[in-house]
Amino acid sequence: MNLLADLQVALPDALLAGFGLVALLLAAIGGDRISGLLRFVSVIALAAASVFAFLQFPLGDAEAFNGLYKVSPFVLFAKGATYALGALSLFMSGGFLKTASMERYEYALLVVFAALGAGVMLSANDLMTLYLGVETLSLSSYVLAAFQRDSLKSSEAGLKYFVLGALASGLLLYGSSLVYGFAGGTGYAAIAAAENTVGLIFGLVLIICGLAFKASAAPFHIWTPDVYEGAPAPVVAFFATAPKIAAVVVLAHVMFTTFGPHEASWRMVIAIIAALSMIIGAFGALAQNSIKRILAYSSIANVGFALIGVAAGVEAGAPSVLVYMTIYVIGTLGIFGGVLALRRGGQAIDQVSDLNGLFKLKPGMALAMVILIFSVAGVPPAAGFFGKFQVLMAGLNGDLLWLVVVGILSSAVSLGYYLRLVWAMMMKPPGEPLDRTDLSVSATVLVTAVLAFPVITIAIQMLLDAAQFASAG
Amino acid sequence: MAGMEIGVGHYLSVSAALFVIGVFGIFVNRKNIIVILMAIELILLSVNINLVAFSVFNGTIVGQVFAMLVLTVAAAEAAVGLAILVVYFRNRGEIAVEDVNVLRG
Repeated sequence: MNLLADLQVALPDALLAGFGLVALLLAAIGGDRISGLLRFVSVIALAAASVFAFLQFPLGDAEAFNGLYKVSPFVLFAKGATYALGALSLFMSGGFLKTASMERYEYALLVVFAALGAGVMLSANDLMTLYLGVETLSLSSYVLAAFQRDSLKSSEAGLKYFVLGALASGLLLYGSSLVYGFAGGTGYAAIAAAENTVGLIFGLVLIICGLAFKASAAPFHIWTPDVYEGAPAPVVAFFATAPKIAAVVVLAHVMFTTFGPHEASWRMVIAIIAALSMIIGAFGALAQNSIKRILAYSSIANVGFALIGVAAGVEAGAPSVLVYMTIYVIGTLGIFGGVLALRRGGQAIDQVSDLNGLFKLKPGMALAMVILIFSVAGVPPAAGFFGKFQVLMAGLNGDLLWLVVVGILSSAVSLGYYLRLVWAMMMKPPGEPLDRTDLSVSATVLVTAVLAFPVITIAIQMLLDAAQFASAG
Repeated sequence: MAGMEIGVGHYLSVSAALFVIGVFGIFVNRKNIIVILMAIELILLSVNINLVAFSVFNGTIVGQVFAMLVLTVAAAEAAVGLAILVVYFRNRGEIAVEDVNVLRG
């Protein structure tokens, strides 16, 4: 294996890493004057990396760097989606950063490096690569959460995220060290071939804990509502989309490939985590008044749903996880576009009552938000319903009837708070007029709403086929 | 003395003890956030003991390479953590754990 062949396999990540380093150098010279330009170029670089990831599909399974790094269509699909979501969330953050006087060049670079970390952990074929990817993502995320540094809320969000995130990294790492000791190696293939010992299972459970934290699945979700409420809105739009799909797919990938032969040992653990996440996500949000907190609980519940697909096992579950997460993050990105647009007199606002009468103030935005909320809630005929249907079918095929029942019931409960948002927008009398929405935000919300709308069933079918193909490879 | 040789089990016990102390340091400590940072370091170092012990007893070098990477990342993590702590202190004027309570639902 020579370096050039390795880099060809790792092309999207190598491109992004190279871009990030050069941009860091240029930013150190140019300073904050070039932050707008830097953001624009970063969006293009992320989009290009996303396109390259999708173009790599014909590679099939390819290893690089002495087996430390591996791509397969399953992870390439998630990687392309991660980079695309990173690009979109960065694209729509411009206006917010300017009005909140957060227009500093580090922002775009941190998003690029966080996305790169997500991409590397997706392509990991060894626990060392996995750890480095997770840390690249996490360290950038801690700083992003505290990015509004004159705000107490933002810095507290960063601090909480850091402390709990470091603990989760510690669990992941301790689990990795045990797995290394009992399997005799850190490569995924070596672990898959290892004997099923108590030490290995102990390490496996700790690794699940660490990864479940990154995906914000219960009972490791405690940080999510606080970080979502405290961090600036564009940062949360990024957290809720790009790293989210990457974390869930990494969890699925590690379970399916690395611990595939030990399937009997982890399926019940994942099923319990899924059930807890759905229940906590459904009931936790009912008493909340902050939109960002509600969306945090919504994301916990939706990760729980995606984990049904993981618990169902590799044959039944793999495609459904990809489809579900893709549809969910598209919906979430659009909803956060709406949250970004909620500004009065340059101040970001975040209470459910601030949505009152949005339909009268901004009819287009309100309609798009309603479609997106229905999609995330899984109400037919919006796209999210098909995603939920896929994972529930996977759960049935995997003999997890009780989990499917929990899913349906918690989904019914969570409709309560989704409908509360819709009711506020459509029925309540409007409050003070809102500031003008940036074009980039409107465009993103429009695109995501179109994608979430059932007219595009053909697109969904194509997504299904692509996901099927991706997980078959 | 026969039978008193130090085996991999002893190293694992020390490392497990350090790990548990570290986790408790995060959850039980109600005083100071700096102590939490120290507890995090303790967790990462307990992992290093594990990795190096396994590396010697398995006869593979991978564990020692992993330990070097962990050390590097631990340094970066401490830097980021302290930076966030400084930003927090400027806004709040305190770093007592009990006072980290602006965000709650």
